[in-house]
Amino acid sequence: MADPMKIRATLQGDVADVRVLMAHPMETGQRKQAGKAVPLHFIQSITAQLNGKTVFSADISQAISRNPVFAFKVKGAKAGDKIVITWKDNNGETRTDETTVRAGL
Amino acid sequence: MQQTRRSVMKAGGALGLLAVLGSTLLKPGRALAAWNKGAFEAKSAIDAMKALGMSNAEDSKDIVIRAPDIAENGAVVPIDVTSNIPGTTSISVFIEKNPFPYTGTFDFSQGAVPFVHLRAKLGESTPVRVVAAAGGKYYTTAKEVKVTIGGCGG
Repeated sequence: MADPMKIRATLQGDVADVRVLMAHPMETGQRKQAGKAVPLHFIQSITAQLNGKTVFSADISQAISRNPVFAFKVKGAKAGDKIVITWKDNNGETRTDETTVRAGL
Repeated sequence: MQQTRRSVMKAGGALGLLAVLGSTLLKPGRALAAWNKGAFEAKSAIDAMKALGMSNAEDSKDIVIRAPDIAENGAVVPIDVTSNIPGTTSISVFIEKNPFPYTGTFDFSQGAVPFVHLRAKLGESTPVRVVAAAGGKYYTTAKEVKVTIGGCGG
């Protein structure tokens, strides 16, 4: 099981600024270790829900950096709203984590 | 009603055939919706855009790409994309000189602002091309990023 994601969602006005850090090697299949190619292993798809509605989703390639970081913004969010993020990699492994939107400064 | 062994076998066979047909018919659709393998495996940005149906994208100044002019480390290049085109539903990123240029598509719905921050690997100095989809049309722009140390292989 992969390590948990770190998700932070902070309100700026009525826009939630969501940042997520995923723990994943994101192997490109081009890197070699001891003369052997390290097999392709990367996150393929991501979905993010705000209170159960999908607001952000992505299909990505191995060109995303190791331990991927993404940020996105959702209008109309309130403090206490629930953000749930799921990723799935090319080996079928998935991970889901959640957080609540925090009021900004 | 008398049911012979033969008729039972026939019925079972038909059911089995239906199940096989059903699974093969359903699978390609799901796979397409899930992850566009053809586009991700394309070796040029033009082919990838073709596979995604974006080859007719027109140039636009309303897409803002914020990325370093010179990236010291190609393994982690921060890229911010904002689309100021009204009704933008998705943003796609292509790193033109990477072995597989298509880096991803980000979809926005239900109040999400057409903005995304990502960190990508750049194999060498390359234009970073962004295609935004709005109202069934595609708009594009690109920004050149110089890389001093590549992010692929090693």
